[in-house]
Amino acid sequence: METDALSGRNEKLPTGRLHAAQYILALVLTILLVGLWRLQVLNTDSFRVLAEANRIRKVPVLAPRGKIFDREGRLIVDNYPSVSCFLLREQNMQNVDADLPMIANGLHIPLDQLQATVKRYQHAPKYEPIPVKEDITPDEQAFIEAHRNELPELETLDEQRRLYPPGGFAAHLIGYVGEVSEEMLNDPEYAEYEPGDVVGRSGIEKTYDSILRGRNGSRDVVVDSHGREIGHLGETPAEPGHDLRLTIDLDLQKVAEQALQGHNGAIVAMDPHTGEILAMVSRPTFDPNAFSVRIKRDEWQQILDDPNHPLLNKAIQAQLAPGSTFKIIMSAAGLQENVAQGMHVFCNGGGTFYGHYFKCDARHGMVDIDHAIPWSCDTYFYTLAQRLGIETIAKYAGEFGIGEKTGIDLPEEATGTMPSEEWKLRNYHEKWYAGETISVGIGQGAIAVTPIQLARALSGIASGGVMRRPHLVFPDEIPDDQKDEYEQMFPGSGDKTVPLDPANWETITDGMAAATLPGGTASASHLEGIDFAGKTGTAQTISHDEATKLGLHGSQTNAWFVGMTPRRNPDIVVVALWEGGTWGADSAHLVAAVVNAYVTKQRRLAGNLVAETPKPAAAPAASDAKPVVPQGVAKPQTGPQGTAKLQGTAQNTAGTL
Amino acid sequence: MRRFFRDFDWILLGMVLMLSVISVLEIYSATLHTKFVGFHKSQMVYLSIGLVLMFAMSKVSYQWLLEFAYWAYGVSIAALLAVLLVGTKVLGARRWIKLPGGIHFQPSEWVKLVLILTVARYFWSLASRKLTYKDILKAFALVGIPMLMVLKQPDLGTALTYGPILVCGLLLGGLRWKQALVLGIVFGTLFSALWFSGKLLKPYQKQRLTSFMSPDNDPRGSGYQIRQSLIAVGSGGLWGKGATKGTQTQGDFLPIPYTDFIFAAFCEEHGFVGAAFVLGLYFLILMRLIQNAQTAADLPGSFIVMGVASVMLFQIAVNVGMVIGMMPVTGIPLPLMSYGGSSVLYTFLALGMVMNVRMRRFVN
Repeated sequence: METDALSGRNEKLPTGRLHAAQYILALVLTILLVGLWRLQVLNTDSFRVLAEANRIRKVPVLAPRGKIFDREGRLIVDNYPSVSCFLLREQNMQNVDADLPMIANGLHIPLDQLQATVKRYQHAPKYEPIPVKEDITPDEQAFIEAHRNELPELETLDEQRRLYPPGGFAAHLIGYVGEVSEEMLNDPEYAEYEPGDVVGRSGIEKTYDSILRGRNGSRDVVVDSHGREIGHLGETPAEPGHDLRLTIDLDLQKVAEQALQGHNGAIVAMDPHTGEILAMVSRPTFDPNAFSVRIKRDEWQQILDDPNHPLLNKAIQAQLAPGSTFKIIMSAAGLQENVAQGMHVFCNGGGTFYGHYFKCDARHGMVDIDHAIPWSCDTYFYTLAQRLGIETIAKYAGEFGIGEKTGIDLPEEATGTMPSEEWKLRNYHEKWYAGETISVGIGQGAIAVTPIQLARALSGIASGGVMRRPHLVFPDEIPDDQKDEYEQMFPGSGDKTVPLDPANWETITDGMAAATLPGGTASASHLEGIDFAGKTGTAQTISHDEATKLGLHGSQTNAWFVGMTPRRNPDIVVVALWEGGTWGADSAHLVAAVVNAYVTKQRRLAGNLVAETPKPAAAPAASDAKPVVPQGVAKPQTGPQGTAKLQGTAQNTAGTL
Repeated sequence: MRRFFRDFDWILLGMVLMLSVISVLEIYSATLHTKFVGFHKSQMVYLSIGLVLMFAMSKVSYQWLLEFAYWAYGVSIAALLAVLLVGTKVLGARRWIKLPGGIHFQPSEWVKLVLILTVARYFWSLASRKLTYKDILKAFALVGIPMLMVLKQPDLGTALTYGPILVCGLLLGGLRWKQALVLGIVFGTLFSALWFSGKLLKPYQKQRLTSFMSPDNDPRGSGYQIRQSLIAVGSGGLWGKGATKGTQTQGDFLPIPYTDFIFAAFCEEHGFVGAAFVLGLYFLILMRLIQNAQTAADLPGSFIVMGVASVMLFQIAVNVGMVIGMMPVTGIPLPLMSYGGSSVLYTFLALGMVMNVRMRRFVN
């Protein structure tokens, strides 16, 4: 039936349309072939580049940072291997949230904390890895390895981390490292750095970063589309950073740290012949180990909000009135100007200058320069200041580096202030009042110095006017091609000689030596058998009347002491600043402890250790020092001036973190 | 039996087998470092079954098959309906029917065969007169109904392959230029209306269809696939990187390099020379099919062969076009190259029908 009907028709397809089909076929395949030619022959080079970029990842091989040693090669800062864990959101786009409980459990992180971390990165670009945990344990590392397939988003990174001495020991001079920040990366100065690089953020770590950091190498790793390593091509090895030997003497540093334990302030010990810093302490301190791992936001805020500014290196950043220690510079000025030589002043507990009464601490009677220094007679120096006038004082102070950076190789050194007529006109648009000169004569008023300035200036005077740029790293540690660069990096008063008449030199140094003898202001810190010379300073940070008005009690003074041994051409000069210390004599104890330790060590090294000489009056803090975590003594407000300066500098420091 | 050996298209089979070998080797290479390693063995099994089915199909007279075409068409529509109602959902699409004995059956591939027969029979019945618009409308319904049902599953790729059967039928069935123009205008308007109404395609299908024009707009979705495919093909260069040496293929950058993107993997590893060789083979196979259509004993035989050829050309054009960034990502496999049982079995059954027609060219 149907079959018959169907087979009845025997038409064929029109040949023309079949030919057309052949042409269509040829056309379609030609178009495809042309497309392939375009990709595979004409543009193959650019696609080859893309294919290589796809599969080859440059994995950095991190260079270990150079270690830091003391002058005798004893280790201060070390590295330790550490593994951190990151979360890569590109790897597992949908399920990251679902995996969080498992990750939290395996890595021992509270789930809500982990969720908060991930949430913080919600709007960050997806390729940015989220740091999940640092310093993970081998157990946690095993967990990550075991769950590579379920949790492909977890990635680990091997690093070398900084290991600093515990308890904030030498924290200010060493500084700390951190990840290079966004702003730094935009700064041409940091052109060599790449995101994620570790960079010195303060102290020696910052200054000598280019020596310490080394150069990261890289490994060309072949990866698949999940970023899994499936082979590797070549490797540029990392160049480890250079070790750095500091001028610090760990023995002295320990003594200085202990001496200042429990107080706020700073101690600097320096070799005046060379400018080498032997010890440098600032209190309160901080633990840089907390910074080498990403610091928690609240801990960081706590440090920034601390009224005692633990990050501030007071040895180079505290700018305070020097008090009576300034009298040494006054003496040098007075003697060099031939004013002080024959000058005799009768001290009846003070004197009236320009219609104002200025107090002295005691009734010293008839005083000449030989006694004025050990007795620290204010009346004498009021008179000397009046005779010299502010311009001469400022000229000499400037010669000795007051109001100028010393050029120490640490970042953010403060300049201090040396007032003068011109200075006042420039900054306050006011005329200089003669009465101000009288205050400056005893290191009060607008004058502000840093402990390091004082160390350089006074040891210079004791060395016959030869001053050295203080520094923490031996010059031969710096590669030759970088020496100039480093020199220019720290402009300041540096190396300088202010010729002193030998007679004047003798007068001043003998006066300082007498200060530690009976009758001197620091007689309690007398060191038997040691030629210990020095000068006390007690600087008011706020006048007594003002303190009462503000309802403040207790000491509103800073206690200074600059000590050295021997008196002429000293081998060591030590400056101690004790914020809130009542008398300069208090600080003298701190200095005495360091000087004594130094002399004892030198004698032991020389092999002629004298039988235990009578124990010197060690600093009270040193004698009952316990190895406890340092804590700043709660201190009432320093004067408005001091506080303002401290805060200003503290903010500068914070800004560079 | 002697006549079978004489009339069987050994040349066509030879070329088909050559492509099959290339396919197996490339599947081996593309799955070497993946969890799909060993798929080339399954492909060999499918090919063997395909060859058996091809011989079987060539033995059954296509005239006899044509008699049952409309019946088969009815059964196909019922099967597609069953898929939509009781089908197994895999990855959001309902394409499979579970048969007793654990066999999963995907009717849409077989419907293609039935459609080729049905369309052949339909246009054969119209061969004595000129096509009217009513005839054309009927043809559209004939193909359009199953097409929409498959689209509903949703399986855009398979649904699209029904298209060339209709187009081929119309063109060879006597469509006149004026009618073609009218149809073009009507469907152009209709398609744009449906496209913008969003009724016809799901958003992801739309995105897939358009992202090839600007892969960077969708760097993680189908734009990513196209980009990786272009890198694979382009970096292959003139001579290719060598078997199992393609970095895009072996590094898992190329998506599904053993099915839809197998040609990209092949191009990467064997270069323009290899690609041109494969395209040349396709050209010869299709020329051979057209020749068989010419020599067919009757009109329906020609229609069947041309139906098979048009589907194959369409698949090649769309798949290779996709791989080189000229066509959207539609999920259409490359015949005789892509891994997959359904695809292999369909192709070999379709070629079996071609053999069938050729072997009966001297009948009557």
